[in-house]
Amino acid sequence: MISIEAMHKWFGAFHVLKDINLQVYEGERIVICGPSGSGKSTLIRCINRLEQHQQGDIIVDGTELTGDLKHIELIRSEVGMVFQHFNLFPHLSVLENCTLAPIWVRKMAKRDAEEIAMQYLERVKIPEQAAKFPGQLSGGQQQRVAIARALCMTPKIMLFDEPTSALDPEMIKEVLDVMIELAETGMTMLVVTHEMGFAKTVADCVVFMDEGEIIERNDPEPFFNAPEHERTKLFLSQILTH
Amino acid sequence: MTEAGTNSGAYAPGQHPDLPPPKGSAGAAGWMRGNLFSSPFNTAVTILAAILLYELITSIAGWFVLDAVIDAGSKADCRQAGSGACWAVIKIRINQFTFGFYPADERWRPILAFVLMFAALAPLLFDKTPFRRQMIWFAVAYPFIAGWLIYGGFGLVIVDTQSYGGFMLTLIIGITGIAASLPIGILLALGRQSRLFSIRIICVSLIEFLRGVPLITLLFVASTMLNYFMPPGTSFNLLVRVLIMVTIFASAYIAEVVRGGLQAIPRGQYEAADAMGFTYWKTTRLITLPQALKISIPGIVNTFIALYKDTTLVVIIGLLDPLGIGRAVLADAKWNGLSTETYLFVALFFFFSCFAMSRYSLYLEKRLHTGH
Repeated sequence: MISIEAMHKWFGAFHVLKDINLQVYEGERIVICGPSGSGKSTLIRCINRLEQHQQGDIIVDGTELTGDLKHIELIRSEVGMVFQHFNLFPHLSVLENCTLAPIWVRKMAKRDAEEIAMQYLERVKIPEQAAKFPGQLSGGQQQRVAIARALCMTPKIMLFDEPTSALDPEMIKEVLDVMIELAETGMTMLVVTHEMGFAKTVADCVVFMDEGEIIERNDPEPFFNAPEHERTKLFLSQILTH
Repeated sequence: MTEAGTNSGAYAPGQHPDLPPPKGSAGAAGWMRGNLFSSPFNTAVTILAAILLYELITSIAGWFVLDAVIDAGSKADCRQAGSGACWAVIKIRINQFTFGFYPADERWRPILAFVLMFAALAPLLFDKTPFRRQMIWFAVAYPFIAGWLIYGGFGLVIVDTQSYGGFMLTLIIGITGIAASLPIGILLALGRQSRLFSIRIICVSLIEFLRGVPLITLLFVASTMLNYFMPPGTSFNLLVRVLIMVTIFASAYIAEVVRGGLQAIPRGQYEAADAMGFTYWKTTRLITLPQALKISIPGIVNTFIALYKDTTLVVIIGLLDPLGIGRAVLADAKWNGLSTETYLFVALFFFFSCFAMSRYSLYLEKRLHTGH
């Protein structure tokens, strides 16, 4: 589904991603973790070209990411993304947030788009908030709307960029529950997160990054119980002890 | 039952109901106590202000209305008939104040254009206007309809623009400037942020040049120098030249106000739009621009009000705006010296137009508030 080969990226002179090789198969759920500044967000942002890589290849669902706008648009309409700070459109209602892209990018009729939007809002358990504006919702509700909004484009792949990091502890669970349900439908998911509980229950594989490199990639069971690298052990001991 | 560190025991923990606020802290009585009589000093200031206000209102009302003279033949008649304002000068010249020297037989045309203006504005200003979709088309056609009605041609007698004056002229320049400068200003603001270097350079230089020059110089350029730049033999109307100058001048200011609004849009909005596959123009039109314009409403209306009042500058290049008419009226020996009445009348006209704009902008801000 996604194939990244020998990919490098620099921010100015700073080498953020070094020789990244990653294969993601259809229906696979991958959790990417690592200390802050390790390049994990940058990595998933390269997949839908929010960041531009300078070397190597990224192929998403058979389409290679190049400067070609057609390719970028095609990939972006097939890859949904959920952000740390939700990035809902504050001037539009929850329902309009969900229907905007289907109507204007997918050229769907307004009625059909609304029908689909309501289905997804029901799936994230907030159909009753459809008429409200994002500013009137709690953080957890906003993030669930953001997930529904991404799903309304019926993407083949979903990217999550620290979806629970900006939430109050009480709201993290409601978002994770929605994500777990989504994983159960067989969606291909790439999740950058510090929620190790989520990684243990849902992930098919865990990727650990540090200083722009993929240090270790393993199934969750061995990853948490018997990490191979010293750096991984240190990271796990630091986030799991408290 | 009361334990240290819990509540006082009137209700079981978790059972405390929502109680009404203490008496006198809400409602009109509460407001007055809080805002007018909260301390002895505040009370004294309130009473003093009330007395001053009373004196002011009674004396103003006396001069404006009670002792004012409406019918008189000259200033001397006025002064004999009453001690207040002499509105007779306005009454006699009201047609000039309104239309300038527009022919009396044709005045129904600007009046009709004025009435139709409200029909054109309604769907643009209020989103609950009935038949809004159809009315928008009328609004699009309105500038051409109004131009035809006022100037003539196609069956109507042509009225030369030199005879336009008074409030009609103010409205023509003001409304054309406002309506045309908003879209041009938005394009300039977008151009200034463009990724294409050449477009950015053109927009930046235009904006900086226009902002760096006083409007009055642009008007002089319009009235004299523009002819040098045109091929010989072409002459185009002074009013049209003024309209162009006023519009581009205001556009530069609008562009900067809108740019301020665009810069306040968080990067996440662009990223979310990109991630869903929106193109630049769709992102701008559907996501960033609506938010930027909402933030910019106070600044935009501010620019509009300034533009509207700046239309009085055209008197310097010989167009007869209300101030020009006022000056002509005061030159009449019979009414010589009534400058207070004349200028107050013009001032009131401007005040009510501008106040309406300012109120509308407040309404719009409230209407678009979505709780973030």
